[in-house]
Amino acid sequence: MIDIPVIFAFIIAFAVFVYVVMDGFDLGLGILFPLFPKKDDRDIIMNSVAPVWDGNETWLVLGGGGLMAAFPLAYSVLMPALYTPMIAMLVGLIFRGVAFEFRWRTLRERNRWDIAFAGGSLLATLAQGIALGAILQGVHVEGRHYAGGWWDWLTPFSLLTGISLVAGYGLLGATWLVMKTEGDLRERAYHLSWWLLFAMLAAIGAVSLATPFLSIEYAHRWFSWPGILLTAPVPVAVAAVTALLLRSLAARQDYRPFFLSLALFALSYAGLGISMWPYIVPRSITIWQAAAPRDSQIFMLFGIVVLVPMILAYTAWAYYVFRGKVDPHGGYHS
Amino acid sequence: MFEGWDAVFLARAQFAFTMSFHIVFPAFSIGLASYLAVLEGLWLWTGRDVFINLFNYWLKIFAIAFGMGVVSGIVMSYQFGTNWSAFSDKVGPVIGPLMAYEVLTAFFLEAGFLGVMLFGLKRVGPRLHFLATLMVAIGTLISAFWILSANSWMQTPAGYAVNADGQFVVASWLHVIFNPSFPYRLVHMVLAAYLTTSLVVGAVGAFHLLRDSHLAGARVMFSMAMWMAAIVAPIQIIAGDQHGLNTLEHQPVKIMAMEGHFQSHKDGAPLILFGLPSQSEGKVNYAIEVPKAGSLILKHSLDAPMTGLDTVPRENWPPVPVVFWSFRIMVGMGLLMVALGLLSLWMRWRGTLYDSRLLHIFAIAMGPAGFVAVLAGWFTTEVGRQPYTVYGLLRTVDSASPLAPPAVASSLIAFAIVYFIVYAAGITYLLRLMAAPPHPGEQGPSGDEPVRAAGITPASAVTGKT
Repeated sequence: MIDIPVIFAFIIAFAVFVYVVMDGFDLGLGILFPLFPKKDDRDIIMNSVAPVWDGNETWLVLGGGGLMAAFPLAYSVLMPALYTPMIAMLVGLIFRGVAFEFRWRTLRERNRWDIAFAGGSLLATLAQGIALGAILQGVHVEGRHYAGGWWDWLTPFSLLTGISLVAGYGLLGATWLVMKTEGDLRERAYHLSWWLLFAMLAAIGAVSLATPFLSIEYAHRWFSWPGILLTAPVPVAVAAVTALLLRSLAARQDYRPFFLSLALFALSYAGLGISMWPYIVPRSITIWQAAAPRDSQIFMLFGIVVLVPMILAYTAWAYYVFRGKVDPHGGYHS
Repeated sequence: MFEGWDAVFLARAQFAFTMSFHIVFPAFSIGLASYLAVLEGLWLWTGRDVFINLFNYWLKIFAIAFGMGVVSGIVMSYQFGTNWSAFSDKVGPVIGPLMAYEVLTAFFLEAGFLGVMLFGLKRVGPRLHFLATLMVAIGTLISAFWILSANSWMQTPAGYAVNADGQFVVASWLHVIFNPSFPYRLVHMVLAAYLTTSLVVGAVGAFHLLRDSHLAGARVMFSMAMWMAAIVAPIQIIAGDQHGLNTLEHQPVKIMAMEGHFQSHKDGAPLILFGLPSQSEGKVNYAIEVPKAGSLILKHSLDAPMTGLDTVPRENWPPVPVVFWSFRIMVGMGLLMVALGLLSLWMRWRGTLYDSRLLHIFAIAMGPAGFVAVLAGWFTTEVGRQPYTVYGLLRTVDSASPLAPPAVASSLIAFAIVYFIVYAAGITYLLRLMAAPPHPGEQGPSGDEPVRAAGITPASAVTGKT
């Protein structure tokens, strides 16, 4: 008998990761916005994601909707536990989302929607990072309900993960700009990429060091035999990717830094997965306990197997249509 | 602060608030996406420039409306978990997959092709671009299909069983998806979206015809919109009547509240036109009623007996005044739409469609009527489902998250502030775009140059439409 909850754990993890890959860089652009005060630069930055941001955020809807459908118990425990960060994330996403359209429509000289775009992106990123930390540190569950307060998520650890994600998305945004722009804008993006890479490495190090102290189970998972056979390659791979990334930045390559930054994200994400497995709410609810009835999961599995490849195909086509460097004189808004 | 408040009431207020602000945008963009597909198709078919100009004119408006629909929609997809976690746990196995299918078949389709539709005409050429427009339009309709299926299941649950954990599980997906009220609700809502859009398009066309009755773009959009209103408004009345009969069969208590039937009537129930329903007294004060007409409409017989709320325990009553009044507002708007359609047919027959000030002012006044009717209709059906989230099976009080009232109150206030800022700005920008007349050589969604030109219309020009 096929273990369908395990398949769905990977599917939800995949949806969240695709979301992080896709919305990560465009949230990162918002985080970096204050560092590019010139209107022309900002127009190019916005134009580099305007045709695709909407599809990027759809993966977040799939993550939320998919969690409700496939693991309703986890969704109903985690969402109230993460109430404040979730509301903050939604508010941030509203402001940055409408800014894509509104900033072209305002008649004011000082564009307030630029502030909304930057502030909203930063707020949404912090909230996502904090939510991640809050899940890792565990939530108070009684029966089938969340039983903690509405500020339980706030700890030094969750703040650390929040700031770490800001650094990470910032790196994705900076390397995206290296790939999509030219001239002075690309130069500054290169420069920023160095700093953000070091910030992200520091963040990976800090979160990795702090995680084993959250619970003895995490420490056990990472440092005892034979689990270490699975866990040891992760830091080794991080070191290798970092070396490649440093080299590609030094060689001023356009495309590699972005994809190597994504590889760093993928490794960090795999590390998180290793820590959490097989729990979906750490130390309280496993993926099998949270799984929706088999019929519900099978019904969705048919759709996913057929539709996700199609979605990836036409999403790739949309990126292909808008490929290459953004033309500052015509761009998409010609 | 807020310690004494009822967390469930606050959660309901938050859902109603965020949902009401959300629904007007999908209602508009379902209709507008189809209208854009028609315009682009006509352009490809006839080669007339007026159609591509109108396409680009409405595309800019669509971009804003769609963006606002997306961001307010993300809020909805997380609100089930944050505020209705007990509901999500129990009902997730049934309606979760329906929403997942909505994301997979509709949201991705819309989002994937939206970028090409908005910015890609010159990059992919007209044929592929038309395909992208069609995909977005089809995506909006598929989205309506799934979400109305999920909503209808909450109204008329079917095809389910309950497991040991108290969760609803699926016995038959076919019966879940095509539950008894779904076909009626889907038709009623899609027609409502088309009517809403045609009234907005008609109002914008009329507004520009008042100033220049020879403006080509304004004439074409006004004529198209009035055909739509004239044809669809009467069909909508019939669809609404059928939906009502379906509700009478499956949710009779909702009909009692809509009609204000507190008392049972053994030999023919009256049709209460207006009155002040009192939940506590259990009667309609100052009622103006037509004897036996209620039975005539609902049972197609003057003397058919009809039971009233006196046969239902009080704790199962929905809030009657809200349902009673929102229903009358919706019906009133619908009748006005039929009147507008008839007036336009008469003026068209007389040859004064583009010159009748009366018709144009009426059409401008009716611009927001579709939104009012959509909101009133949703209030009728959703408040009429109370005190249940899943009709007859799961009570609203047993559906909410275990949250402290201050948490819910804070988020409600946060959403209220954010929505008022964002919606005030968005509606201002939309009205500004609509206030500029469509002109030859109209550009699509673009950087600031063409938009600056569109933005110089004085603010006084947009009064009369809200």
